[in-house]
Amino acid sequence: MDAKSLEVLRILENNGRTDIPTIAKMVNLGEDAVSAIIRQLETDNIILNYQAVVDWSKARESEGVTAMIDVKVTPQRGVGFDEVAERIYRFPEVQALYLMSGAYDLAVVIEGETMSEIAAFVSEKLSTLDEVLSTTTHFQLKTYKHDGVVFAEPKTDSRNVVSP
Amino acid sequence: MTVKQTSRLSKAVESIQPSGIRRFFDMASTMDDVVSLGVGEPDFSTPWNVCEASIASLERGHTSYTANAGLPELRREIANYMDDRFNAPYDSETEVLVTVGASEALDAATRAIVDPGDEVIIVEPTFVSYAPVVTLAGGVPVPLAVQKEDEFKLTPEALEAAITTRTKAVMICFPNNPTGAVMTESELQKIASVIERHDLLVLSDEIYAELTYDGEHTAFSNLSKMRERTVIISGFSKAFAMTGWRLGFVCGPEDIVGAMLKIHQYAMMCAPTPAQHGALEALRNGRETLERMIESYQQRRNFIVQSFRELGLDCHQPGGAFYAFPNVASSGLNGEAFAEKLLLEEQVAVVPGNVFGGGGEAHVRCSYATSLESIKVAIDRMDRLMQKI
Repeated sequence: MDAKSLEVLRILENNGRTDIPTIAKMVNLGEDAVSAIIRQLETDNIILNYQAVVDWSKARESEGVTAMIDVKVTPQRGVGFDEVAERIYRFPEVQALYLMSGAYDLAVVIEGETMSEIAAFVSEKLSTLDEVLSTTTHFQLKTYKHDGVVFAEPKTDSRNVVSP
Repeated sequence: MTVKQTSRLSKAVESIQPSGIRRFFDMASTMDDVVSLGVGEPDFSTPWNVCEASIASLERGHTSYTANAGLPELRREIANYMDDRFNAPYDSETEVLVTVGASEALDAATRAIVDPGDEVIIVEPTFVSYAPVVTLAGGVPVPLAVQKEDEFKLTPEALEAAITTRTKAVMICFPNNPTGAVMTESELQKIASVIERHDLLVLSDEIYAELTYDGEHTAFSNLSKMRERTVIISGFSKAFAMTGWRLGFVCGPEDIVGAMLKIHQYAMMCAPTPAQHGALEALRNGRETLERMIESYQQRRNFIVQSFRELGLDCHQPGGAFYAFPNVASSGLNGEAFAEKLLLEEQVAVVPGNVFGGGGEAHVRCSYATSLESIKVAIDRMDRLMQKI
């Protein structure tokens, strides 16, 4: 990939709302050229989506529950882990799914309103899949940092307002 | 404040003025909602691996003095860095000195070479401390203003014209604070020829060397016959976002660095030990973070320069550092009046060009070492001011 596309990607990864005129100025290209780059990145499925990083604990009374579940599975002949992975990631509750090296196979990140909702998902949907051998569920207690963003209070500029 | 008191204070101290930046700092610090383009330091925090290395050094009990010249392994890393990065090899034992910021290095280098009455040519506009440092060392600062028409580069003709029989040294700073000007190797070589012909020394402040966006930085000592005549002054503040750590270094010929070491050992003893351990980590494992910061500065430079031009301000493309230096003559005001009006009416802090010496009177220095969001707000407010004028 060319250097300008990579630069545009880094800008958008850092702030997906950076508008095209701004990006154009930042990378010294015309707005049309930047639009074309972004369209191409989208067409190639390199940019898949644009989302906000939300601190839900500040947005509503119940901040919901997030769990990370370690899942051991039996891989299937011919398709390996992909088929069972698909059966798991199709569930809308599943926010993220990764194939892992090490002591277990799949890491499932799941969000729900309550702990019992998640418990129900694990016992009724996940564990009952034929390929699933075992699950270990970890509930997330607090988010310090997510997707590179620190969830503490926004940092204030402590520098002197004018300096040589 | 210039009223002569009784002779309690030294004449040298009485003859120098507090930095002109101070007045703007005092004004801006009393105001709310100020968007500042006046800050001469990175907006990034020091990379965490550097902080962590320094914390770990404290935990391991490394809290005593180091060698006067600095930790031997840090001096070796600095020598390696100068060689790898700028192809400028130095002997870490005799030609490298770790200082308390580049500011101390500048002061010690000046005191090491200046006798009373020696003239030191100061290429302006430039960082505010050069002339006072020369005065305090008993020397005579000779300001040499570079021109906007030359993109704020030093020309051999202008240098030649400023040289007298008393000239001892020239102080230069490229990439430059406040203009952002850089000079190419061939342009610098012409300066070096003049230096050589008149048997002068060069104090080359290369603190912004890493922040060179178009092309490669040339270490002044790398120019033909300049190694024995050049003291390179640099440090960790700007490139590694370590301003508060106060850690700089010099690389130069053995006799001058040796003389500086004498001054440094009596005035400072050594640079702070925890900061030296942090700097070691910065040199060993800081490159990736550094490059991310450089890319970000470069994007903001592109943004701010183009935005200024859209506002109708005449702004040359700064090739380095993190300052844009637009000419504000189109507003009908000089730099100082413009900066004051901008601060009082639109709460945007910039620094008038005249505080950096001659050549910058029609300009203001705008630091883009601040978030893109702040830069956008500042530009909107400047636009509003321009509409009013």
